[in-house]
Amino acid sequence: MQPELPVSATTENPWQELRRLTPARIALGRAGTSLPTTALLDFQYAHAQARDAVHLPFDHAALSAGLADRGRASLLLHSAAADRDTYLQRPDLGRRLNEASIRHLHDYGQANPGGVDLAVVVADGLSALAVHRHALPFLARMEELANAEGWSLSPVALVAQGRVAVADEVAERLNAKMVVILIGERPGLSSPDSLGLYFTYAPRVGLTDAYRNCISNVRLEGQSYGMAAHRLLYLMREACRRQLSGVNLKDEAQVPCLEATPAGMGNFLLR
Amino acid sequence: MARFFHSVGGETYRFDSLGEVMAKASPARSGDYLAGVAAASDGERVAAQMTLADIPLAHFLDEALIPYEADEVTRLIIDSHDRPAFAAVSHLTVGGLRDWLLSDQATETSLRALAPGLTPEMAAAVSKLMRVQDLILVAQKIRVVTRFRNTVGLRGRMSTRLQPNHPTDEPSGIAASILDGLLYGNGDAMLGINPATDSVVSLCEMLIMLDGIIQRYEIPTQACVLTHVTSSIEAINRGVPLDLVFQSIAGTEAANASFGVNLQVLQEGYEAGLSLKRGTLGNNLMYFETGQGSALSANAHHGLDQQTCETRAYAVARHFKPFLVNTVVGFIGPEYLYNGKQIIRAGLEDHFCGKLLGLPMGCDVCYTNHAEADQDDMDTLLTLFGVAGINFIMGIPGSDDIMLNYQTTSFHDALYVRQSQGLKPAPEFEAWLQRMGIFTQADGRVRFGDNLPPAFRRALAPLG
Repeated sequence: MQPELPVSATTENPWQELRRLTPARIALGRAGTSLPTTALLDFQYAHAQARDAVHLPFDHAALSAGLADRGRASLLLHSAAADRDTYLQRPDLGRRLNEASIRHLHDYGQANPGGVDLAVVVADGLSALAVHRHALPFLARMEELANAEGWSLSPVALVAQGRVAVADEVAERLNAKMVVILIGERPGLSSPDSLGLYFTYAPRVGLTDAYRNCISNVRLEGQSYGMAAHRLLYLMREACRRQLSGVNLKDEAQVPCLEATPAGMGNFLLR
Repeated sequence: MARFFHSVGGETYRFDSLGEVMAKASPARSGDYLAGVAAASDGERVAAQMTLADIPLAHFLDEALIPYEADEVTRLIIDSHDRPAFAAVSHLTVGGLRDWLLSDQATETSLRALAPGLTPEMAAAVSKLMRVQDLILVAQKIRVVTRFRNTVGLRGRMSTRLQPNHPTDEPSGIAASILDGLLYGNGDAMLGINPATDSVVSLCEMLIMLDGIIQRYEIPTQACVLTHVTSSIEAINRGVPLDLVFQSIAGTEAANASFGVNLQVLQEGYEAGLSLKRGTLGNNLMYFETGQGSALSANAHHGLDQQTCETRAYAVARHFKPFLVNTVVGFIGPEYLYNGKQIIRAGLEDHFCGKLLGLPMGCDVCYTNHAEADQDDMDTLLTLFGVAGINFIMGIPGSDDIMLNYQTTSFHDALYVRQSQGLKPAPEFEAWLQRMGIFTQADGRVRFGDNLPPAFRRALAPLG
């Protein structure tokens, strides 16, 4: 008599093939009607990574050193949000500089009058991880293009606990014609390190998002450094020509969103 | 404006308006601190609750929180107030209303009759005096049933919106998530996509695709693409099949303006939807999303607390006899609702207030990665909603929205509620699941079919 084989407690889904059509967590199978252990822990790890990205401290010093290696100066600044807990609950404080940073920029401005075409700002935002991974290689690429076109750039302002709008204050104090801020985007489960770029023409304190253009999802699995830099330079040229940025400045360099399917199959449910 | 005083514990607390009492009586949450309207101490908060408890409901008809002249939502609230319906509780204070709601006098029938007699501010006020168990117990008495191509909101049932989002609106990716969801018994509230792009052309393509799927597989459900109401009107004008008309709404005229809508535009969307006559069982076809903090984030809160603003949005919603209203409770982020505790309470408040005002409430039980919340918090809120009798929740593959980058309830989560509380899908959809051999539900237990349904086997065959 054969010994009875143990029956599996989980049921796999016979449609696992569909996974190549989407990054969504489909065909996970089930234990009873619940998530099987592997799928449960995969999710928990992804969430942990995203949480860790939100709370990872901004490494000013490493970025500053990396910039110095390329002969780029930096300005170390801090928003009015003293710590991460305050930052998360008080977006208004993350949009403004603290007193010490204002003095620092004031002193810099006295020593360097005249202004620049583009102020370059880097802030941790909601993912210091994104900034640590992508800010230096993106800037190297962007500066290469900007220098070739003859734009003048500010030192890189590194703002800890910063939100997007803090760039307006930095740019105003640097007397810049335009500003770009590189900032860590809110981490998703599958994208803890997505970098966002926000561009503004004629930046000044108090502008809303309607005056900004966004280039998002800059990371290895998303938009490349080269493509993002290409788009930014396009926006700079167009903004100067039309003297505006934001909703009225469409990113015509953009590629259409609805692309061909990886499998070239469209909606298989209606075949 | 009225001034209110309350003495307790040797201290006298003073509040300079009804709005201030309401804000300071609100259970603590980050958005009210951000707005600078929260109580300065726990003592002041409870004193404000005591003050609020003593205020007659009739006072709410005399003191508008946002002036009648300044705000069309206030005008809607006042002009549509049903005095005869209000008569049942018009002698009560806010505290008296809480007692009445918990008493045997408040039944499914009497609460339905009362709904048009209550203003959003009365509902918000009483909710501030209620504990979580009160919010659940009263909501549980209420049923709001709506119909389009099926029947949602019946006692003993809970529906799900299948949310097959994809970061580039890729049709095959959307179809993969739809099939996954259907095979897990999801989607009776709707197949509802948040599009990544807002181009009208791709919106129309998605609507045609959803309509095709519903027809091909004879699914008793409805479709929605969550785009601006004016885009839906445009799609209808182009002759595209559209079931539910979506719009995000808020509780002040200025906040709605930040969404690019007003009552007139919503009316046009509603009438455009009705003109298609696509509902087979009923004509509820508006789908609204709301959420605490939306008015503040548009700097359009008029110094009110976020829960009161949210409840005012329900006056906008009920004017259009919606199929479903969804409070997207944890999406807005920790500057409005900081952690699991705040999200859970806010979700239950919204569900209670919406139901009390006669709305078919559902909730996007959700959080973002920068909130102090996790899956355990969502399990808690979901379980409480099952008990409270929620009309619908979201359903998404593995809780992970890969387009909007947040976490909401999964296909599996809905099955957990079905198993643990015996809640079934809408009856028409339940019959479809059985007919297709997806699953049956008896005595609460979900029993899946042994094989892939033949119709879907054909769709999958060429993939292998």
